[in-house]
Amino acid sequence: MGATAVQELDKVVIKFAGDSGDGMQLTGTQFTGTSALLGNDIATFPDYPAEIRAPQGTVAGVSGFQVHIGQTHIYTPGDQPDVLVAMNAAALKANINEVPRGKTIIVDTDNFKRKDWEKAGFEEDPLESGLLKDYHVIEAPITSLTRTALEGMGLDNKSITRSKNMFALGMVYWMFSRPLDYTERFLKDKFANKELIYEANVKALKAGYNYAETIEALSSAFTVLPADMEPGLYKNIMGNEATAWGFLAAAEKTGKELFLGSYPITPASDILHEISKHKHFGAKAFQAEDEIAGITSAIGAAFAGDLAITTTSGPGLALKGEALGLAVMTELPLVVVDVQRGGPSTGLPTKTEQSDLMQALYGRNGESPVIVVAAKSPAHCFDMAYTAAKLALEHVTPVVLLTDGYVANGSQPWRIKKVEDLEPIVPHEASKNMLNWQPYERDANTLARYMVYPGTPGYEHRVGGLEKDHLTGNVSYDPQNHEEMVKTREEKVQRVADYIPELEVEGAQEGELLVVGWGGTYGSLTTAVKQCEVQNRPVGHAHFSYIKPLPKNTAEVFSRFKKILVCELNNGQFVKYLRGELPQFEYLQYNKIQGLPFRVAEITREIKKILL
Amino acid sequence: MATTETQEYTYKDFASDQEVRWCPGCGDYAILKAVQRAMPEIGVKKENIVFVSGIGCSSRFPYYMNTYGFHGIHGRAPALATGVKLANPELSVWEITGDGDALAIGGNHFIHAIRRNVDLNILLFNNKIYGLTKGQFSPTTDLGFKTKSSPQGTIDNPFNPGELVIGASGNFFARVTDTNPKLMQQIFIESAKHKGTSVVEIMQNCVIFNDKVFAPYTAKENRADHILEVRHGEPMRFGANNEKGLVLKGFKLEVATIGENGVTEDDILVHDAHEPDSTLHMMLAKLHDPIVNGVIRDVPAETFELRMQRQVEEIERTSKFKSVNDLFTSGETWEIKPH
Repeated sequence: MGATAVQELDKVVIKFAGDSGDGMQLTGTQFTGTSALLGNDIATFPDYPAEIRAPQGTVAGVSGFQVHIGQTHIYTPGDQPDVLVAMNAAALKANINEVPRGKTIIVDTDNFKRKDWEKAGFEEDPLESGLLKDYHVIEAPITSLTRTALEGMGLDNKSITRSKNMFALGMVYWMFSRPLDYTERFLKDKFANKELIYEANVKALKAGYNYAETIEALSSAFTVLPADMEPGLYKNIMGNEATAWGFLAAAEKTGKELFLGSYPITPASDILHEISKHKHFGAKAFQAEDEIAGITSAIGAAFAGDLAITTTSGPGLALKGEALGLAVMTELPLVVVDVQRGGPSTGLPTKTEQSDLMQALYGRNGESPVIVVAAKSPAHCFDMAYTAAKLALEHVTPVVLLTDGYVANGSQPWRIKKVEDLEPIVPHEASKNMLNWQPYERDANTLARYMVYPGTPGYEHRVGGLEKDHLTGNVSYDPQNHEEMVKTREEKVQRVADYIPELEVEGAQEGELLVVGWGGTYGSLTTAVKQCEVQNRPVGHAHFSYIKPLPKNTAEVFSRFKKILVCELNNGQFVKYLRGELPQFEYLQYNKIQGLPFRVAEITREIKKILL
Repeated sequence: MATTETQEYTYKDFASDQEVRWCPGCGDYAILKAVQRAMPEIGVKKENIVFVSGIGCSSRFPYYMNTYGFHGIHGRAPALATGVKLANPELSVWEITGDGDALAIGGNHFIHAIRRNVDLNILLFNNKIYGLTKGQFSPTTDLGFKTKSSPQGTIDNPFNPGELVIGASGNFFARVTDTNPKLMQQIFIESAKHKGTSVVEIMQNCVIFNDKVFAPYTAKENRADHILEVRHGEPMRFGANNEKGLVLKGFKLEVATIGENGVTEDDILVHDAHEPDSTLHMMLAKLHDPIVNGVIRDVPAETFELRMQRQVEEIERTSKFKSVNDLFTSGETWEIKPH
């Protein structure tokens, strides 16, 4: 069968789905890593339940991993899978509505017995009922084939069953002409001290690969050729990892020690995990007793001269609100990362949403302005973490960096940067020869105060949460001084507009419609706008990474279009902000609040509706 | 050398130019003076001293010290102070707090700072009342006490700060009254010397909302019979003629009078502040008549920042990453060649 025709594809979306204990996340990341090494552009999206082990075999317990690979540039994990791997009936039930007719579904028939499909909520056997008649279905007894392949190795039943994900991965590797060596290296490393488990996994992987080649069911194998990407050294990076690395890079660039005060919270904890690994770079990861201690310890560290950050998600940002106000009042450099998830309250911890924007902008007592920025893709998290640190240190103010579950857990190729090539960061500190330094004396341009850290003789001073005299920083109840300080703190943040890039428009530079978005929806919006272009419906796309302050040319960009459509994964927060900041324009809005990213098709449909 | 230079300090070097604004007659004045008098004795340059506080009357303290200072938010001073200390372990970090700040809104941070054993010196001004908000009961207010928010008397059981500190595995706890400046000064110096979290409870009189709450101990005629001042290595004796002392009967501490019931000087317990087993320290902290003053517990223990430092050194020694550039290029990478 070695002569099977290999068909070239432009791009393909594969979804691996199974029980949360089936190892689907690992299977998906392996396929991603292998494809990345082949030079494909990639985007991934893990989709897993909040429960660590939800009841086996139920829809609630289904864990999925979607990967989009392409030989052209791709910006999203894909709307709908071209291939669904369903390790049990529940995985099929949870995903079948997403798979367009005519596409391929691989099922592990061993997990489609009566009790399995009943548990999954099917009324009748989905393999017999005609539900799948319009699909190309590959029925494979993956569990029992894995068992047969590993017979006689002396492994217990549980270990054997756990290798079935490698069998499935092997099948998909063959279908898409991927080599096995990346995963073999990974397994060798992962099971370095468990030789037998390593051998079993590799055996299952190869058995799956050979099985796919052998069975008649697969009429042809596919391949996706390398994408045409900017030359350079690449690696696959996840959003949270990129965020952590951006801060590590900023610390090395400034020669400062990085201090992270944090409390574990989904989906932000991976930033804490990543920074905890790197104490040798002078990174101090302090796991605090709660969210409030996370930020206040960071404020203490900022006062003492570290590059101070705290990481959290929506509920944690709510708890940090009072302390963030303290950082505003004491005018200290601090970065708060909010990896947004569905809310309010505990909400949807593992699902994505953009509903913390108002909280980031206004969620504090008093007039409490901070810089708000957002990352638009997994790799962009690196740039925005670095930028947030730069703005905090140079403008001596707190910065909120908004990412979300979608970009935080998603991954894409990152063109590796070198610290020496990054923009310089010059922390705004008092120089030794500054005469008559005062704690709240300001730079004439940025209005940033000049930092002096404890340990510096002759500069002993006090800061605190009570209103400050505009110069000495002493406690002041003077009415005029308060008004001046409120306005100065706002002005200081607004002046950051002089130091950030202008807003760029992709696609049409003027005309009928401008699609506007911010943060993690970039991939869906840019793909939709590009599709419309191909269909001769030119629209522009402006995507905001800088929210407060807005880029200086925002009004000018808006004025070039007849209509403005603001797309967000919330009930309309950015559009409300724009209506307040730039009331001279009319805004249309498109909102989705399902804990899921935009599908490209949803955006194109909306665009078409408006352009009719 | 630091020591010779700091010896030239007088208490005046530690007074800031800010007007002190506590109520006339407030116990805080005496505490401020005692701290300012202790500072020249701790052997630290004043630029390396940081006073951190939360919210409450006591928390205005940093404004009055001519050192680095940070007036924080309610209850969060232990976390703020921890951040300062971890950012720069060379600093001598002091936290000023009150019974509401430390034990109510900040209870969580208080016990966790103690548990971690970061080298912080916590001075807890306990006046058994909320002063700044004008007279509500606090977590240390005696059961049944009438305040503005407990007009029929409190129904809350109070905390004993010493019990809480030792219960949170604290290694240094001392207690002193605001009427004893000499002992305050001594204890502050002791607490500065202790490496790790030290807590000093100061029985402080709120002249406006809870005046004379400690008078049963501190009034001149009561002191000798109702305050037991302990010193490491010395028998725990008190009384106008030093005739009373503590003895252990079964598992309980009792007050005995020397010469009565066959009790001799040798029967009186000798204070051992350095004993790692905290059983007796806990009993001393809980004793309410006499109430125990002095350093009740002072046991050396490894600090959090030392452990952190050791981890850093270990990973620096073993890691092949010297720059984040090495991290970025580690693992699986691929090259896209120019076309």
